[in-house]
Amino acid sequence: MALLEVRDLTVQFRRRGEEPFTAVDGVSFDVDPGQTIGLVGESGCGKSVTSLAIMGLLPRKGNQVTGSVRFEDTELLSLSQSQMRDRRGRDLGMVFQDPLSSLNPVVSIGLQVTEVLERHRGMARKAAMVEATELLDKVGIPDPGRRLSEYPHQLSGGMRQRALIAMALACRPRLLIADEPTTALDVTIQAQILALLKELVTDTGTALIMITHDLGVVAGLCDEVNVLYGGRVVERAARHELFAEPRHPYTHGLLASIPRLDAPRGEKLVPIKGSVADNIPWDGACAFAPRCPNALDTCTQVTPEQESLANRLLRCHNPVEVTA
Amino acid sequence: MTITSRKARIDKLAENGDAGVSLVASAWRRLRRSPVFLVGAAIIVAFVLIALLSPLLAPHDPSATLLLDQVSKAQNKIPDPQPGYPLGGDDQGRDFLSRLLIGSQQTLMVGVLATLFGLAGGLVLGTLAGALSGWVDTVVMRIVDVMLSIPSILLAVSIAALFVHPNQYTVIVAVAIVQIPVFARLLRGSMLAQRASDHVLAARALGVKPGAIVFRHMLPNSLSPVIVQATIVLATSIIDAAALSFLGLGNPDDSVPEWGSMLGRSQGLLDSHPELSFWPACCIIVVALGFTLCGESLRDALDPKNRR
Repeated sequence: MALLEVRDLTVQFRRRGEEPFTAVDGVSFDVDPGQTIGLVGESGCGKSVTSLAIMGLLPRKGNQVTGSVRFEDTELLSLSQSQMRDRRGRDLGMVFQDPLSSLNPVVSIGLQVTEVLERHRGMARKAAMVEATELLDKVGIPDPGRRLSEYPHQLSGGMRQRALIAMALACRPRLLIADEPTTALDVTIQAQILALLKELVTDTGTALIMITHDLGVVAGLCDEVNVLYGGRVVERAARHELFAEPRHPYTHGLLASIPRLDAPRGEKLVPIKGSVADNIPWDGACAFAPRCPNALDTCTQVTPEQESLANRLLRCHNPVEVTA
Repeated sequence: MTITSRKARIDKLAENGDAGVSLVASAWRRLRRSPVFLVGAAIIVAFVLIALLSPLLAPHDPSATLLLDQVSKAQNKIPDPQPGYPLGGDDQGRDFLSRLLIGSQQTLMVGVLATLFGLAGGLVLGTLAGALSGWVDTVVMRIVDVMLSIPSILLAVSIAALFVHPNQYTVIVAVAIVQIPVFARLLRGSMLAQRASDHVLAARALGVKPGAIVFRHMLPNSLSPVIVQATIVLATSIIDAAALSFLGLGNPDDSVPEWGSMLGRSQGLLDSHPELSFWPACCIIVVALGFTLCGESLRDALDPKNRR
């Protein structure tokens, strides 16, 4: 049985006097214990909103979340705010994009780490400090004892993200959601943080949902990849299948737009034309149709349904042919 | 070469490259070099020292009518400067210098206490509005809007006039109430900004309880504009308090000197003895200026955009 079952998750932003905007539109996926799932897509495709909806962090006012998010045997969407609060940090952890702004600038690192331990594990300050030192050590922060008394601005970007990971993992959650954890870091630190996440996830058997726009991150880390477009999953496959044979034109475009070391000299990158602003609603069409090189007439007339193929799920009328 | 030692080396490099300086430290570094701040600070330090040491500094008892024999109401005569009385006496024959010096105590007390009470009230209301939002926010902010729509000195006069027996404490209350809305609005604004900030979202993602979110994560990060405002409000408080005393809404006991009431007493003598108005007015202006200069330079120094 899956650790997390997301079924038909839909998030609508409702504003008075405006048409409701559907940011996430019937997203479904499973996460098994110890598995790493990627949610990939460009800005505005709904990947962050999906994660916030799973965590119950969207403001209740103005947002309508429907569908089902089952964590073990609990339906998270029907939990009360305070029940959800007890879960967050204990069963579900989250790491955010910008490590500097995600840390409280006026509270020392030690206090921020122990806060979680005191909150969920009922530890006393002293015991929590000892535990916090171990945690910081585990995430590879040198001289953790000293770092505990320091403030976020005194740490480097990589160390800040490590501290945030330590906080998210402090209560050994069974599911960790990492929302673009390496976007604000430079490449060397990125590699370290990804290696660290991989190591911690393998060691503790934590399931990981990796949210990113960076296919390189996905290639190195994820067991299964969901490609999101316009709030819907357009293609899902195991990592190797996805990279070897992208079937959806969007996935194909994403991969074609990455520079490759083994490409012949002078070969041009192929960008996906247009931008998210060109999306059309999913009702009676494919949202990607205006930007799609493979678009047929049906693409603007019929909503593509999700089909199960041999090794993947696909939502496309005219998928890219497999080149043998 | 193992991964870990490479990791450690890179971390070390990263650490050395980021010699972080806290906002407070960098603000202090800029403050020390700012001539505006130094002038303001010098004025404030001198003023506080005078207020604290005035019982020792004052040559005479400020309430003793020592030079009464030199006062003549009919001839519009008051004691001139003379040996032992460098600024002469007032219209009651009391030593003017002593009254000016001792008067600083009242001004300091009223200014500081009124600002503190105003700050406390503003913090409570601003925290309520910023933390709870919803209808509490609406109600608090509408009350604040109403109070801000009335000119501050008019509001202070109206509040002071409500008291049957005015004294220096009613002045403090009146001035403090006038300052509350400014602090409340300022704090609420920065609390709202904090509520939407990434670190508050991160704290919520860790399941931190709402009380801790407000008092540990939102409030401490919202305080710096409020603290800056407090130094500037000190100047306003001093001026407002002096204005109330000037208008006769302060302490009716004239034996306790206060710059505003000294100014009020001497306005009738403005033609013949302008120096009696000049000195207290000068003191009020200089002290208010000191606090304003400090507040302004503090605001500039704490502005992250000015960091270098």
